[in-house]
Amino acid sequence: MILTLLNLSLTVSKLFLAMAMMAAGYRLIVGPRAQDRVAAMDAFYLNGLLLLIVFGISTANAFYFEIALAIGLLGFVSTVALAKFLLRGEVIE
Amino acid sequence: MAVEQLSLILLILSPFVGSVVAAFLPATARNSEAIFAGAIALINLGIAIWLGPSVRDGGVVRMEAPWIPLLGLDFVLRLDGLAWAFVCLISGIGLLVTIYARYYMSPQDPVPRFFSFLLGFMGAMLGVVVSGNLIQIVFFWELTSLFSFLLIGYWHHSQSARTGARRALLTTGAGGLCLFAGMLVLGQIVGSYDLDVVLFSGEVIAASPLYPAALILILLGALTKSAQFPFHFWLPGAMSAPTPVSAYLHSATMVKAGVFLLARLWPAMADHDLWFYILAPIGAITLLMGAALALFQQDLKGLLAYSTISHLGLITLLLALNSKTAAVAAVFHIMNHAVFKASLFMAAGIIDHEAGTRDIRRLGGLAKAMPITAALAMVAAAAMAGVPLMNGFLSKEMFFAETVETHVQGSFLDSLLPYVATLAGLFSVAYSLRLIDQVFFGPKATDLPKKPHDPVIWMLLPVGCLVLICLLVGLFPGPVIGEFLETAVRGMLLGEKPYYSLAIWHGVNTALIMSVVAMIGGIIAYVALRDWLSGDFEGARMPGRLALRKRVERAQTALGRAWARSEVWLGLSHLQPQLRWIVCVAILTIAWPFLFRSWAIQPGAAEQPDTALLFVWLIGGACAIGAAYQAKYHRLAALIMTGGAGLAVCITFAWLSAPDLALTQVLVEVVTTVLLLLGLRWLPKRKEDIREAADLNAKRRRAADAVIACLGGVGLAALSYAVMTAPTNPDGIARWLLTYAYSEGGGRNVVNVILVDFRGFDTLGEITVLGIVALSVYALLRRFRPAVESVQAPTQKTFQDKYDAQRHESHADDRQIDAHYLLTPGLIMRLLFPLIAMMAMFLFLRGHDLPGGGFVAGLTFAVAFLLQYMAGGARWVEERLTILPTLWIGGGLLMALGTGAAAWIWDLPFLSTYFSYKELPVVGKIPVASALIFDFGVFTLVTGATVLILVALAHQAVRWQRMTGKGEKIALEEDR
Repeated sequence: MILTLLNLSLTVSKLFLAMAMMAAGYRLIVGPRAQDRVAAMDAFYLNGLLLLIVFGISTANAFYFEIALAIGLLGFVSTVALAKFLLRGEVIE
Repeated sequence: MAVEQLSLILLILSPFVGSVVAAFLPATARNSEAIFAGAIALINLGIAIWLGPSVRDGGVVRMEAPWIPLLGLDFVLRLDGLAWAFVCLISGIGLLVTIYARYYMSPQDPVPRFFSFLLGFMGAMLGVVVSGNLIQIVFFWELTSLFSFLLIGYWHHSQSARTGARRALLTTGAGGLCLFAGMLVLGQIVGSYDLDVVLFSGEVIAASPLYPAALILILLGALTKSAQFPFHFWLPGAMSAPTPVSAYLHSATMVKAGVFLLARLWPAMADHDLWFYILAPIGAITLLMGAALALFQQDLKGLLAYSTISHLGLITLLLALNSKTAAVAAVFHIMNHAVFKASLFMAAGIIDHEAGTRDIRRLGGLAKAMPITAALAMVAAAAMAGVPLMNGFLSKEMFFAETVETHVQGSFLDSLLPYVATLAGLFSVAYSLRLIDQVFFGPKATDLPKKPHDPVIWMLLPVGCLVLICLLVGLFPGPVIGEFLETAVRGMLLGEKPYYSLAIWHGVNTALIMSVVAMIGGIIAYVALRDWLSGDFEGARMPGRLALRKRVERAQTALGRAWARSEVWLGLSHLQPQLRWIVCVAILTIAWPFLFRSWAIQPGAAEQPDTALLFVWLIGGACAIGAAYQAKYHRLAALIMTGGAGLAVCITFAWLSAPDLALTQVLVEVVTTVLLLLGLRWLPKRKEDIREAADLNAKRRRAADAVIACLGGVGLAALSYAVMTAPTNPDGIARWLLTYAYSEGGGRNVVNVILVDFRGFDTLGEITVLGIVALSVYALLRRFRPAVESVQAPTQKTFQDKYDAQRHESHADDRQIDAHYLLTPGLIMRLLFPLIAMMAMFLFLRGHDLPGGGFVAGLTFAVAFLLQYMAGGARWVEERLTILPTLWIGGGLLMALGTGAAAWIWDLPFLSTYFSYKELPVVGKIPVASALIFDFGVFTLVTGATVLILVALAHQAVRWQRMTGKGEKIALEEDR
């Protein structure tokens, strides 16, 4: 019973996360402003991270968590760089 | 290894090491350069003399170091009598040439370059003679071509030097390639590239159907090098070289390499009719033609060059005769010619140096002005003419005697030889006489650019030494040269020694009569032609039809033009067509076997992917297409979309159970995004109207590019799919790696074990390249001049700064104002430094067993630094933190190399690894592998390289801000 519930919730969350990624991907590609794209990319990374965690739960494979950790710790760096670029015109002043 | 073998290594190594050292001595150090180069030559001469007894009676000193034993390629040094005689010649004359060059070169000439090339050439030439492997001979052979190119073109401001150098390189280099092919064929026939095996396989070689092919190819190499007809044309052109170079290269070494090779392979290849029928006519024509043309030269060095061609023809002819006594004469004449021709070249150089011209017509009556030079040159010229009591006489008599004998029964050529020889002798007497008479005697020249006088004693000394040898050998051949010649002959003939006599007087025989005829005929010919020769004509060349030089030059020009035309025709002068060609060719190459060779990879059944993953792929694909589409018109958007595609790839890697790849992908994604953003700052601003302006042509081009891109992308995807789903080969490399990763490499992470152990050598190469790339980026950026419009501070910044300046007038210092941006994220980023560093350590340490490793860890650590730069700005970071990325790079490379080399201590091959378990207090049992140190090298280098590139880019902003923003005049170089 619990297993079925878990499976169900995993499937649903995967689907939802995928949809969220689709939405973020739409903004990422269409824009229209650069700020939209950057925000979309951050959302895309975050959802990707969560998707990996869900994959990790469903396969019981610990490596997914590690990649999620790496994305969590370092994935924001490109967002910051992009934000800085838009805000100040250069990444390192 | 015995002392003899070690001395062989020293012999071959010292000139090359010396070449590098000489290049770095100060430009004005003529004395120390000459002493240094002379010392190297002296060491080599000493080694040769010391090794003499070991090779005297046909003995061979051999040194072997395995290189690729599987392919029969070993590094073999082999010194026998013949090679020994050449080593003596090369280092002995090399010593004299360095002394001479010290006084010949003017203080304005960049001498380090000269002596560096000269030593390099000496090393290459020694390499040719002491190599014991066919391929190795070719290697050093080509090296001599290269160094001779550099030496002939030493005065590269002169057009004739450049042309001469290029012509010499093209001819001898092309010949070298033929030689390479010939050596490969020869190796195939014999079944080994080892010289010892080849030399004793004469019968096998002569019987082989491949013999003609091998012979022609090898002869092409030897004849171009020795300037034999019809390839002789490069040698007169090479006379634009400084005279010490001519004295060394065109008398004793470079041109002698060709005949050396013929002598070397003589026991293996001479026993065949073809050898005689190809070589004898070429030798005879060269002998006669060179001697005749030498008489009609007006340039002193030109005369000597054609005379050299003629004498080399003589040697070739002797070697062609396939008789052992002729071979003795050939070796003897090689020695004699080297000695008298080197001294004559030096004398010509002295005349040029002191009188200011080499034109024979302008010179005259110099005997009074420079008596010593005149006396020395006269003796040397007499040796060249073959006057009795000189060394040249002895070998010429031997030659005459050989031509009289019948070698090939009933051959027309063979019966013609005595007449050819006598005629050539006649010419050589005539030109030697002309050289002496018109330069040193006759009316005193009045319009010379300089007032001639004898040079300093040190410049005469080398000439004197050589002339003394000419005389001593001529007067007392037995005691002076007997043993030397015997050693060389035994070496060449594999220990045999045919009967020959070195006596001066053999009684009245045919050879003596020929000599007398040539001598008298030469004098008559010269006296008859004297007035006409001083007439107004330039130096004669080969008559039009036979001149290969012109044809080669015409072909060269035509090729150059066609090349330039094809560049225009193929549109190669622009970047886009270049890229289009590269991609098209790549697609075609990959598609070829599938389309036309019925290649096929059977894709197996693929695992059903998760539905969520399908969405991810959809977005990833869309992002990739969008990035390609926007790449030209909206770079920032393209960059962001590349990031999206990158994450999709990362998730895919993770799902396909490749955690190593996924980790690397994330980090590479982050670092590239930041790198590109840093570069984007200096690119021109986006032009939004550009898309509308595109005309029909541009649209058509874009459509074509889209098709190419689709073909490439879909093709690659299909190929990857097919490869990944194809059933694995049970005996394939994958299984082997999986099986042995732990037992042999001591790691459970197979990927890492492959990187640092199984394919450690590849990794070493890759990190070297990475280090070089980082250093080049750094070096290039030091001279970076951005476009005018991007020098200004970015629009956002000026806008914001103006606003800030109004609001916070108290904060005049702009550093304070900078700190107002990203305050909270900035603090978090600073605090993250130790955390990220810890993660890097974690990834590194467990890399051998679990996903991670030096590369990923290095990138992670670099990101930690990067964050600090972004949070606080370059100045803030550098006030608090000293990062020396170049040291990281160098240290990393040294560590990796050192780990590899450490294996040698235990007599294991380079990069062998070691691993075991060690007990540590508290921590317990931990695995210890030498690969970990190697991996640490990778880690340091990757960190250093990434940080160096980032810092170099980041500094641009600071530098230009300093220069333009505050209006300060700061030197461009002072950017650190």
